[in-house]
Amino acid sequence: MHAIEARQLVRKFGEVTAVAGVDFDVAQGEVFGFLGPNGAGKSTTINMLCTMLRPSAGTATINGYDVRTDPGGVRRSIGIIFQDASLDDRLTARENLKFHAMLYDIPSDVFRQRSAELLAMVDLTDKADDQIRGYSGGMKRRLEIARGLLHHPKVLFLDEPTIGLDPQTRRHIWQYLLKLREQEGVTMFMTTHYMDEAEHCDRIAIIDHGRIVALDAPPQLKALVGGDVIAVRTSDNERATARLRESEGVETRPGPDGQLIVETPQGDRFIPLLIDRLASGQPPITVASINLSRPTLEDVFIKLTGHAIRAGEADGVQAFRQMARMWTGGRRR
Amino acid sequence: MLRRNLKGAYTIWYRDVIRFARDRVRMVAALGQPLLYLFVFGTGLAPAMSASTNGALDFRQFMFPGILAMAVLFTAIFSAISVVWDREFGFLKEVMVAPVSRTAVALGKVAGGATVAMFQGLIVLILAPVVGVKLGVSQVLAIVGLLLLLATVMTSLGLVIAARQKTMEGFQMLMNFLLMPMFFLSGAFFPLRGVPLWLAWLSNVDPVTYGVDSIRQKTLERTVAPGMLGLLTLHPMAADVIVMAVLSLAFIVPAVWQFSRSE
Repeated sequence: MHAIEARQLVRKFGEVTAVAGVDFDVAQGEVFGFLGPNGAGKSTTINMLCTMLRPSAGTATINGYDVRTDPGGVRRSIGIIFQDASLDDRLTARENLKFHAMLYDIPSDVFRQRSAELLAMVDLTDKADDQIRGYSGGMKRRLEIARGLLHHPKVLFLDEPTIGLDPQTRRHIWQYLLKLREQEGVTMFMTTHYMDEAEHCDRIAIIDHGRIVALDAPPQLKALVGGDVIAVRTSDNERATARLRESEGVETRPGPDGQLIVETPQGDRFIPLLIDRLASGQPPITVASINLSRPTLEDVFIKLTGHAIRAGEADGVQAFRQMARMWTGGRRR
Repeated sequence: MLRRNLKGAYTIWYRDVIRFARDRVRMVAALGQPLLYLFVFGTGLAPAMSASTNGALDFRQFMFPGILAMAVLFTAIFSAISVVWDREFGFLKEVMVAPVSRTAVALGKVAGGATVAMFQGLIVLILAPVVGVKLGVSQVLAIVGLLLLLATVMTSLGLVIAARQKTMEGFQMLMNFLLMPMFFLSGAFFPLRGVPLWLAWLSNVDPVTYGVDSIRQKTLERTVAPGMLGLLTLHPMAADVIVMAVLSLAFIVPAVWQFSRSE
């Protein structure tokens, strides 16, 4: 049985279609990522899987429970870490965990043992009896991870797990998550717009404008790009394209910021050749800048969608979120 | 299943009460408005009011029950507003995703909000001696009950409105056009006997009127002469209580229903 199965999930908000028919399976114990820009439909999809939103069409099952007909069963099987903190800032860490245990009907003795274990795992044992108000963004996130696991969920949903955190904290959080996967065998479903975060996943679905444009493991996705990526700025892109096609038989394609993108194996060997060919033809074309990189998911994204990951448009809830960040003093450091 | 839901409702109630108990600042700050009305407004108007009754009534004593109701009213609505916030950014979000029925969540929230509003009213009740209102034990118990009843009505009304709101803005405006009129029409500031028909009619559809009326009767039992008290209040206590009980149900049902409608 798959941990998660989604079939033709659709969600509309009035005229706007946020999710336009999404299909995938997630195996037990897999770390599965949804990668895409803001507004692509990631959070909407997760909300449908968590029974927070009803799908406009399509079905999904989590751990065998159908999100439409048995939301209670789904909720008992899942833990969720939201994009925005959902902790109670006037309670201590331990109390936050206690409330979660009460909501999920966990017996007291089980709670005592499990909460101690989890607090130790996320390194919050010393601060467990301080009110959350004094916690940093990273600490809150760690507590949320501990809380999400308290009831032994089969599937853990993480909506942008490290957004707004500094790089060191992000690294630490991922340490915990990977340790988690080893120790507990939890299936993890994650959304992110950070390319480097997506590298941790076993498989990634790239989503743009409410549709999945690719679904595979990171190495296979990068292979779609077909080799090293050279980004070059020339004095005459059109002529350069033609010249490279004739003399070397390589195709180029336009990239962001007026660059030309060339894909080729052994890019390091190709660069001197490229500069030479462009300069020695008639008229000579100068290279203003040149950049070599091994393929990354960013390149995959650009290749599949034709644009870089961009900031989404603000909407009502986004604006509300900005306001919330202001009011709480931007505690998500 | 029932046990799980009861436990869930209890958790939500318990959390509201703990939050209130830990927020000393808010408890004190919530006294500000009542104090202002009672001692500035009340003191200012007292001489004029006193003259019209030949000194038989201290205006501040007349206002006092209204101020109790005010504390309850505002706290209850504040609880409801916080649902909008909490649902997006706070604890309520975590609650909505837990295996607790939406009905249990809504009822827990009504109970929690009402309890907290009642406590806030009780804090104001401590000021009774300052304005010379005499209270016995049985009175206080009855007042506690009435405050709780009023709190339940107002909390569930607030929740009906809050349940479908996504952001705070529209809600604020609604509250300004609803909350203040409800308060002014309730008889907190002036006796409702002898007012023009339109005002009398409006105050009759205002839930708070029945709260103020019953609380006034109970609170001033030993302070104001029965004859005078009769002039200041409208309905028998039993009638007030029944109306509030019916209104509670009338608001709780749609509140629960709204919460249960998953999107």
